[in-house]
Amino acid sequence: MFEFTADKCLIELDVNGENKNAIVRPSDLLLDVLRNQFGLTGAKPGCKNGDCGSCTIIMDGWPVKSCLVLAVEAVGHTILTVEGLAGTSPVQKAFVDYHAFQCGYCTSGFLMVCHSLWMMKSDADEEEMEDWLQSNICRCTSYKEIRKAMESVLLQNPQKS
Amino acid sequence: MSELRRNVQRKESWDKVTGNAKYCDDFSVSGMLTARILTSPHGHAIIKRIDTSSAWSIPGVKAVITGKDFPVLCGVLLRDRPALAIDRVRYCGEPVALVVALDEETALKARDLIQVEYEPLPVILDPADALKEGAPILHPQVGVLFPDVKDIYPIHGTNIASHYQIRRGEIQAGWKACEYQVEEDYYLPPSDHLAMEVRTARAQISADGKVKITTTSQAPFSVKKQIAEYFKIPAGQIEVHVPLVGGGFGGKASVMLEILAYIASRKVGGRPVRLVITREEDLQSAPCRLSLRSKIKLGADCQGKIQAAEITYWLDCGAYSDIAPNMAKSMASNGTGPYYIPNLFCNSFCVYTNHTYATSYRSFGHESFTYCLERAMDRLADRSGIDPLEFRLINAIRPGDLTPTQVQCTPSNTGNLVACLQKVKDLAKWQGTAPIKIEPNKVRVQGVSCLWKSASPPTNAVSGAMITFNPDGSLNLNTGVVEMGSGNKTNLAQILAAKMKLDISQIHVVYDVDTRLNPEHWKTVASLSGYMAGNAVCQAADDVLEQIRTIAAQAFECQKQELEIADGMVFIKNNPNCYLLFKDIVAGYKAPDGRSIGEPVLGRGGFMLKGLSILDQETGKGKPGPSWTVGVQIVELEFDKRDFTYRLIEAYTVIDCGALINPQAISEMIAGGMAMGIGLASREYLSYDFQGVLQSPTLRTYKLLHIGQEPDYRVGLVQTPQEDAPYGIRSLSEHGIIGIPAALGNALSRAAKVNCTQLPLTPEYLWSISQKGQA
Amino acid sequence: MIPIHFEYYRPQTVRQAVETYIRLLQEKKKPLYYGGGSEIISMSRAGDIHPGAVIDIKEIPECMVFEEQNERLVIGAAVTLRQIRDSRMFPLLGTVSKHIADHTNQCRITLGGNLCGNIIYREMSSPLLLSDAQVLFFGPDGVRRALFTDAFQLRMLMNPGELLMQIHISKQYLKSPYRYIKKTANEKIDYPLMSIAALYDQKSWRVAFSGLCASPFRSLKIEEILNQRHLSPLQRAEMVSELVPGQALSDYRGSSQYRLFMLKNTLADMMEEWEHV
Ligand SMILES: Cc1cc2nc3c(=O)[nH]c(=O)nc-3n(C[C@H](O)[C@H](O)[C@H](O)COP(=O)(O)OP(=O)(O)OC[C@H]3O[C@@H](n4cnc5c(N)ncnc54)[C@H](O)[C@@H]3O)c2cc1C
Ligand code: FES
Ligand code: FES
Repeated sequence: MFEFTADKCLIELDVNGENKNAIVRPSDLLLDVLRNQFGLTGAKPGCKNGDCGSCTIIMDGWPVKSCLVLAVEAVGHTILTVEGLAGTSPVQKAFVDYHAFQCGYCTSGFLMVCHSLWMMKSDADEEEMEDWLQSNICRCTSYKEIRKAMESVLLQNPQKS
Repeated sequence: MSELRRNVQRKESWDKVTGNAKYCDDFSVSGMLTARILTSPHGHAIIKRIDTSSAWSIPGVKAVITGKDFPVLCGVLLRDRPALAIDRVRYCGEPVALVVALDEETALKARDLIQVEYEPLPVILDPADALKEGAPILHPQVGVLFPDVKDIYPIHGTNIASHYQIRRGEIQAGWKACEYQVEEDYYLPPSDHLAMEVRTARAQISADGKVKITTTSQAPFSVKKQIAEYFKIPAGQIEVHVPLVGGGFGGKASVMLEILAYIASRKVGGRPVRLVITREEDLQSAPCRLSLRSKIKLGADCQGKIQAAEITYWLDCGAYSDIAPNMAKSMASNGTGPYYIPNLFCNSFCVYTNHTYATSYRSFGHESFTYCLERAMDRLADRSGIDPLEFRLINAIRPGDLTPTQVQCTPSNTGNLVACLQKVKDLAKWQGTAPIKIEPNKVRVQGVSCLWKSASPPTNAVSGAMITFNPDGSLNLNTGVVEMGSGNKTNLAQILAAKMKLDISQIHVVYDVDTRLNPEHWKTVASLSGYMAGNAVCQAADDVLEQIRTIAAQAFECQKQELEIADGMVFIKNNPNCYLLFKDIVAGYKAPDGRSIGEPVLGRGGFMLKGLSILDQETGKGKPGPSWTVGVQIVELEFDKRDFTYRLIEAYTVIDCGALINPQAISEMIAGGMAMGIGLASREYLSYDFQGVLQSPTLRTYKLLHIGQEPDYRVGLVQTPQEDAPYGIRSLSEHGIIGIPAALGNALSRAAKVNCTQLPLTPEYLWSISQKGQA
Repeated sequence: MIPIHFEYYRPQTVRQAVETYIRLLQEKKKPLYYGGGSEIISMSRAGDIHPGAVIDIKEIPECMVFEEQNERLVIGAAVTLRQIRDSRMFPLLGTVSKHIADHTNQCRITLGGNLCGNIIYREMSSPLLLSDAQVLFFGPDGVRRALFTDAFQLRMLMNPGELLMQIHISKQYLKSPYRYIKKTANEKIDYPLMSIAALYDQKSWRVAFSGLCASPFRSLKIEEILNQRHLSPLQRAEMVSELVPGQALSDYRGSSQYRLFMLKNTLADMMEEWEHV
């Protein structure tokens, strides 16, 4: 059985294709560890309650809200953050081209949902796309720009790697 | 000018899509102490005793601070707010103590051990109750303690923090000329800015007393001045840093957490302290949007021309006044909407209650009074038997008319509302008032509202810009404007590019604001950055151009007038082959023979508002802001007559933008405002129980609009240049929100055949008023 | 951050999970089984619960199964709402999953967590109340099997130390006609003002409610009225909405009167649609 019982324990996480070590309490949130220990501050706290989506990362391919994941839980899983996209995901370019942000605070979270959607379901229709994007809140834009950005990526219907 | 009308990407775009963009809490936390607040669970109570001894006993606790440790009173207009409550709490969520510890866990553990004994007092949550005889007076000292404030009129011994009035024409004669009248009461509950980035601050103090504050503020220069004033520190000792800000909407213009971070650091010998604020605390403790009660009486003559209005606004500012007296003033000075009303009697009160205190919110109260006024306009149009859009056209303010504060309108200072109304009619295919039946239970309706806004800044607000060059001849633009999403820095770069006749890629902007390095910019609020900082940028550009010409004239041994500057070079007009590149001249010119000519080019531009005045206390006469922006909005929806549910189809705005800079960005800014207006109108409010405890302190319970429920947003633009603004542009970053709640209220009132007098317009609200059988 | 310490265990078998639970219970560590963790994390952060240990069940094979076995659909307690909706194996259950929280949260929230959670809606219970589902618990004495309708009385009734391991649904219900309607105050991504699930079985409709009262429920009395096809949908809807008063929730999301008003309309709509089944 896999167990962490000490006050603090050493864990190894697979983040953006790199193995990273951290000393954490079992009750530490993945979001806090990514930000405070790895300096991966792309994932943002907006509510720490699962409601806003600005902390979204990708775990084993699917989007998850890192404020509702324990760091220890992530051991043995692959984690991708916005930093890991490294400017190469078509959703990033689409967000730039379609002005899909203003203050930019919600952007990493939206991007991770969009990237996962593109990877997992590049044939998604409008309803499914909306369904995924409803996990996040943007307070600045009218959503129209985010919608257009994602639509443009889905329209490209890429060859999936 | 090509650089102006062009759609350009935000300068910081790639930083924002790669996680590179840094916000206040994104900087390393190692080596920092953590502070957490303890807040009041009561809406109003006496603090009988605070026992911090057990909290102190936890290892790792560095300080436990209560109000008496720093007995200062804070407040940007009236100093009525303690940094931490002293003897009395006035709202649920008010900070009572601050714990500083090695880490957050310890801070929380200690915080939970602080014992506070309260004696609850009666709670007031409605300005009507606050003004009743015998109501508890929340601030007995206001009006006495700091008697020398200007332009604020607290009424001692009441809960009125300030009062403004407008008196114009002959109100009784006005009523006699009226054929139709309406009189209505409205109520709008408080709501929140809900920027996605929670407000926070960090502070540290060096051994020689230098204070460094990093914050999410829209008003870094105001932070510096206020901290200096409250704690009697020379302002030069204080540096305030603001990196990118994750949305502000006015909510980050108030100075609060910076004060807490500062006293936290003071108490631990200046060590760096990071104040951690949760979303729940942000919603309960940090300032929110105002709540409003109003009474509006309007009358029109037989032609539908409004002849008289009697208006009272009771702005509920909550427990402390912050900037709210100015919002009350703004409601008085613009509270008629963009209509000419010859006989006007208006009172605007700023009233204390036990709500969370209010601060500026996107459009500075205009979204609130506009709901009331425009609902009354629709009622009066119906009474007069005139189509509501036509009715607005008849009464629209025009050049030559006087505003409520008796400023004479010109195309330059108020734009062209008539043109906006005409344009929206086509854009939205205005269908008139009759709901169109589309299914047995469903109708399609439209609702309209006009909007206008002027800013209400201090009469002497300033801005500045500085320009330096890089070895490749590109420019660095440095202003004190905070980038929080409104794209100001990109707009300013575009203005500079246009002035320099240069591609915008050659302009680099400095994002972070550091109050030591950046020229002072009053505050990034009131949509005034384009106007104020834009003017400063133009001046700095002129300064640079002049310096380049001077150096080039020496280099070419010609007259300055013979020179032209464009595309990163300076050349002789009649002989374009004779040119110098910026890169060869902006650091001073080295002639082929080795002679040095001129000196490095450093541009400076400063700007100060001119011609504004304090309003006359009796009549309200005066000039509150540099100009008005006008526009009109229409909302179209499908309404289910049985369920009282509705679906938004379209939302239109036609606004007079003065001139086009980055057209796409203008539309997006307006659309974002409309989206916020739809949230505000349809679902957002802070729900308090009768003891003043917030019922919706999380995003699970405070509902924001998600994707998929929004209408299609359409923006139309009218261009009437504002002569004193750079290239004629007008303020518009806040404005998309202003008329949306009213347009929605007007549409729904028609669809459901009810009289909407409140917000938010939920299906349950519509159902409940239909049950009461009013309309 | 979560201001408390707890221990974290990730057992590989049910037995290991239960033994660990019992041991921790004896050590007074207030252990909790841990599914998607969404509720445990948010309630621990808010200081509403103080578990001393959590036992993550997401690597226990029995809790992860999701397949048809001998005329039954077997769903492990740790299967996520997203898996359930994507599989389309039980469309009614999938539809309900799709309306809980949001897609990203559905990638984490588990069937067991929703059923055993403290948040009152527990919407996943409705389809199970309607489909004669069986629930398998694993406790100190091994497997215990029960009818879902018996085991779920307003909330999940479990013996100390027991873990909800699986739900079994007989295949005959999987493709039955169904209806599901969720009403919210106004924002779509919200807890339900009420949600109504209906499943057609042998000429009659079964109906369960969530959000309407303090807990989800199914009522045979209500079903009897709703299936009286000689009455008009509106008549039946009115009769039902007269049965519920007093128990209908009243909170800032909606008053009980409004909930009843919505109930009547929603039921009437649903019955209109039934006519076409
Ligand atoms: C943003 C958001 C919106 C939501 N909206 C809705 C909604 O609309 N409708 C609705 O019904 N719910 C809603 N929820 C509640 C959500 O469904 C619960 O949080 C969820 O049910 C918890 O599931 P989990 O797997 O994360 O449980 P956990 O947090 O892991 O556990 C919850 C509880 O169940 C216990 N538990 C978990 N698994 C087992 C098991 N196998 N055996 C015994 N006990 C177990 C745990 O000990 C704990 O007490 C929402 C939640 C969020 C975050
Ligand atoms: S911070 Fe995780 S969802 Fe808001
Ligand atoms: S861009 Fe500011 S919240 Fe989305």
